[in-house]
Amino acid sequence: MTPLLQVNRLTKMYGPRIGCKDVSFDLYPGEVMGIVGESGSGKSTLLNAMAGHHAPDRGEVIFDTRTEGPRDTLKMSEPERRMLGRTDWAFVHQHARDGLRMSVSAGGNIGERLMAVGDRHYGEIRAQAADWLGRVEIAETRIDDRPSAFSGGMQQRLQIARNLVTAPRLVFMDEPTGGLDVSVQARLLDLLRGLVREMGLSAIIVTHDLAVVRLLADRLMVMKDGHVVESGLTDQVLDDPQHAYTQLLVSSVLQV
Amino acid sequence: MSDYNFAYLDEQTKRMIRRAILKGLAIPGYQVPFASREMPMPYGWGTGGVQVSAATLTPDDTLKVIDQGADDTTNAVSIRKFFERTAGVETTEVTAKASVIQTRHRIPEAALNEDQILVYQVPIPEPLRFLEPRETETRKMHALEEYGLMHVKLYEDISQHGDIATSYAYPVKVEDRYVMDPSPIPKFDNPKLEMAAIQLFGAGREQRIYALPPYTKVVSLDFEDFPFVASKADHPCDLCAAEDSYLDEVILDDAGNRMFVCSDTDYCRSRRAEGHVGRLGEQEGAAA
Repeated sequence: MTPLLQVNRLTKMYGPRIGCKDVSFDLYPGEVMGIVGESGSGKSTLLNAMAGHHAPDRGEVIFDTRTEGPRDTLKMSEPERRMLGRTDWAFVHQHARDGLRMSVSAGGNIGERLMAVGDRHYGEIRAQAADWLGRVEIAETRIDDRPSAFSGGMQQRLQIARNLVTAPRLVFMDEPTGGLDVSVQARLLDLLRGLVREMGLSAIIVTHDLAVVRLLADRLMVMKDGHVVESGLTDQVLDDPQHAYTQLLVSSVLQV
Repeated sequence: MSDYNFAYLDEQTKRMIRRAILKGLAIPGYQVPFASREMPMPYGWGTGGVQVSAATLTPDDTLKVIDQGADDTTNAVSIRKFFERTAGVETTEVTAKASVIQTRHRIPEAALNEDQILVYQVPIPEPLRFLEPRETETRKMHALEEYGLMHVKLYEDISQHGDIATSYAYPVKVEDRYVMDPSPIPKFDNPKLEMAAIQLFGAGREQRIYALPPYTKVVSLDFEDFPFVASKADHPCDLCAAEDSYLDEVILDDAGNRMFVCSDTDYCRSRRAEGHVGRLGEQEGAAA
């Protein structure tokens, strides 16, 4: 089977400082990869470099495109990469405000990707928006409300709906549950797990919350100071950590 | 008169503006940056249009200036006087006699011909501005033809008002390529953008010039199930009885009486001269 995404020796430097260095992994269709590590360990840098938000210094990000098979997205032209960014890829920001248009209604937010790929039928766009609101457990009556009138958890769910409406194959998530209280986190994780299974999505989730990866991720990479220090199956890494840093990370989780 | 260079601007500046105009004509709908000059009038009063007109005028030209269709409102009168004084060109109020027409927010009702140039005053040239505040991003969106966002605005209109409520500055797509803001003309005028005359758009504060060559394809954006409608007030003109012209609503008293009159004063006058009389046309004549 062809991996959906192959990352080879991806390196991003900030001047003399290391953002992330020589990161390599394969992601297969339907697989969820978790990236954990402390603040400043290069998780978000890695995610942004893979998603094309900033240019890495070295390495390859090979994506299995629908039409042309595996292609290095870093060598793609910008229009192609941006097209990928609004069709087969999705990016869920930590802060919903970064990923939503706050001055546009919920329906418009969900419809934007559809209109960006050429949908020009108002009725159909609206029906899809309503359908997606339902899927992320937001009442359909809120379709014309602006995200600023939504709670934090609802904004995050709206951001997810807005991203998944074009049925992407790969979702990048940057701390999707950050800043939410635990009960809302639990529901969001439940929802994400359902959507990932139901749509057969592949996802890369960056988080510092080990509970999130325990629930969602099949595989796990642990990062420290820009390097991947340990990787493997989630349960294996969390239950039997080998690297000293991973052991520290696992043991720092509060047990209640 | 000799105190000014012809049409106020110095020759180097006019040359710079003409280069921007030519580039704009070569790439219809593309916003060409230019080094907008300080003009002897405030921003928002047509500094962009005035610079484009100044660069376009020749001593043989006949200039007409309209503001919201009218020849006799402040903006039109002051710009006309400005060019009378600095360029000494002939001015007219008759659309057909003018070779250069500077306009604020209207296209004349009478069809223009190939020997005419229509110059628009543009406040905000960027159609995506209120949706995407970053200039770097809007430029990229134009470059990559990413215009989905424009439809988000129309979507919002329908979801809030049940219909596309944008009634002026209605976005258009030029030659299947650039999305363009036609300046705040009423959407009634949008179909007229495909015309025989050259159309130049100048935005002074924003320092942009763009253009439509004659007979350029201009399509108003819409949805399949909510097509574009060039709407106007559903009345005939009360002075000249025209049913095909764009109307202004004028409140007559505090008892709810109102009248609808052509916003294009020259069109209305020429129709009345031909003997067309509207509902209140007689009184108007008697009073005058």
